[in-house]
Amino acid sequence: MEPDMRQKPPVDLNEAPFREASAAADSEDLPFRRSEDLLLNMGPQHPATHGVLRVVLELEGEKIVKATPDLGYLHRGVEKLCEGLTYQQIIPHTDRLDYICSMTNNFAYVRAVEKLLGVSIPERGEYVRTIIAEMQRIVGHLFWLGTQALDIGAMTIFFWTFREREVLLDLFEEICGARLTMNYFRIGGVNGDLTPDVITKLRKFLMVFPSKIEEYDTLLKNNRIWVSRTRNIAVISAEDAVSFGLTGPTLRGSGVQYDIRKAEPYAAYGKVEWEVPLGTRGDTYDRYWVRMQEMKQSARIITQCLDQLPEGPILTDVPQVVAPPKENVMQDMQSLIHHFIIFTEGFRPPAGEVYCATEAPKGELGFSIVSDGGPKPYRLKIRSPSFVHMGAFDHMARGYMIADIVTIFGSYDIVMGECDR
Amino acid sequence: MNSEIDQRIQQKFPGEFIGAKEFRNELTVTIKPERLVEIARFLRDDPTLEFDHLSDIYSVDYPGREERFDVVYLLNSIRFHRRIRLKAALREDRCEIDSVYPVWRAAGFLEREVYDLMGIRFRNHPDLRRIFMPDDFEGYPLRKEFPTEGKGWRNTFDFLPTEEPQT
Repeated sequence: MEPDMRQKPPVDLNEAPFREASAAADSEDLPFRRSEDLLLNMGPQHPATHGVLRVVLELEGEKIVKATPDLGYLHRGVEKLCEGLTYQQIIPHTDRLDYICSMTNNFAYVRAVEKLLGVSIPERGEYVRTIIAEMQRIVGHLFWLGTQALDIGAMTIFFWTFREREVLLDLFEEICGARLTMNYFRIGGVNGDLTPDVITKLRKFLMVFPSKIEEYDTLLKNNRIWVSRTRNIAVISAEDAVSFGLTGPTLRGSGVQYDIRKAEPYAAYGKVEWEVPLGTRGDTYDRYWVRMQEMKQSARIITQCLDQLPEGPILTDVPQVVAPPKENVMQDMQSLIHHFIIFTEGFRPPAGEVYCATEAPKGELGFSIVSDGGPKPYRLKIRSPSFVHMGAFDHMARGYMIADIVTIFGSYDIVMGECDR
Repeated sequence: MNSEIDQRIQQKFPGEFIGAKEFRNELTVTIKPERLVEIARFLRDDPTLEFDHLSDIYSVDYPGREERFDVVYLLNSIRFHRRIRLKAALREDRCEIDSVYPVWRAAGFLEREVYDLMGIRFRNHPDLRRIFMPDDFEGYPLRKEFPTEGKGWRNTFDFLPTEEPQT
C-alpha cells in the first residue's frame, strides 16, 4: 500500500452523498443510523473463564462500558458444610477450593487451627511445609503462565510449562500418593517425611529450573504479540489496588510491598534469604513479570530449605490433637484411647476467634475460625483471593476491548472453585 | 502495641466503644453499629493506624442471643503490619448496617456475600444483590436454622428424571 493511501481514510465522510445520508439520519422520518448499547453474555461455558464464570458485558462497539461478573456457578457451600465437620475432616474439603494449588489451602487451614489451638510445629515439619508450599507456588505459577499464554494465543508455552509442572506433580505423588488433591498437611505437622530419593530428585529439578524460566522468557518477554496484549492492559494504581483489597502478585504488580511471608513470617520463611519482586506500572505485563521472578525466588527458598533441613520429627507431640501412628494404636492402650477420641469426637479447641492469613500463589488466603469450644467450628470463613479480586474486575475492565477480558481474568490467576467456594 | 489501638478508638469514639479483647495476639474491638462508617474512616485515615486494607467481612449467627448477628470486619495495615477485628452486633428485627464501600471498595463484593448468605442488609451499598445463590432463592443459607442438606429444592426441578417405580 502506498504511504499516502494509509494516512487518508479510504472514504471521505464529508463528501456530498455521505453528508446527505447523515443529515437524513438525524431527521426523524428516515432512520438511517441507529445506535444502541450491546449487551454481551460471556460464559458460563467459555474455555477462557477458568471454570464456570459468567460476565455480562455492556459494550460500545468493542469497548467495554461495564462488566458485571455473575458468580455462584461453582458454589458448594463449603463454609456451611464445615460447620458440621470436625476440624480434621475439613482438611480434604480445603483441597477442593483452589484445586490448582491444593497444598497451599491445606497449609492455610491447618495454620489457622494450630493458631486456635496454640500448638507449635517441630522444626523439620516447618521446613518440609515451606518446601512443599514453594513447590506448590511454582506449580501454580507454571499453570497460570501456560493458561494465560494459551488464552492470548501462544500455544507452545503451555506445553513447556506443563512439562516442568509434571515433574513436580510426580514428586507430589511420591511424597503423598496424590497429584492434585493432596490432603498432605495435618494439624500439627505433615503426613509423611521427604525421602532421600525425593530430595535428590528435587535438587536435580532445581538445578535446571532457573534455565527453564529463561527459556519461557525467550518466547514471551520480547514477543510483540505478548507485549502488545499485556503492556498497559488492565492498569490499576497502587491506591486502587489497596482499596479493592487485592493481594499477592496482583497487588505487587502495582508496586505495593506486601507479602505475608515477609510481613508476618511463618514456617521457615524468616530463616532463608529471598526477595519480594515488585512491579511498577500495575499492568498485566508487570504482573506476569512479578510471577516469573517469584518462581525464581521460590526455587531459591527451596534450595536453602533443603540445605538447612534439620533432622527430627515432622509431627508435633500433642496426643490430644495429632492421631498416633497406627503401630502404636495396635499395641499401646493410651494411643488407642487418643485414636478413638480423635476419630469419633475430634478434639476441642478453646473458645475464641482467630484469623490466619497465608500467602497463597494467588494472594492472601485467610481462614477465620469462630470456635465455641466444641469439636466442630461454630463458623468458618474462607477469605479467598480470587473472590476479592473479582470485586475489582469491573473497575479494571472498563475502557478496554472484549479481547482483553480473558487477559484480565488471567492476570488475577483466578480459580472459580476458590472464588465461589 | 495492640492496647494502643483500642485506646485510640476509645478516646475518639467513647460513646461507640463497647469493649476490646485479645485472643492469640489478635485484637477484637466491639463497637456500636450506628457510626460504623465514621469509625472506619478514622481507622483508615489516622496516620498512626492506617488500616488501609480490608481483608474480609463475615458474619456470625447466634440464634439464642438478643443481638443475633455479629458483623465482623478484618482490617489490615500494610504499612505497620498490624491487624484488628472490628465487630458490631445487630438485632434480628433491625439487621441493617451502613456499608463501608465508600471507605474500602473491597467491601462491594464482601458485603454482597454477607447479604446473600446471612441476610444482613447494607445501607447505601451501590449494588446489593445476591452473589452466589440464584436471585429467586428464599432464605439465607448460613443462618443456623437453615439445614445443611437444603430445603428440598432439588426435588422441585422438573428437568430432573423421576425415579420409575420398579415392577
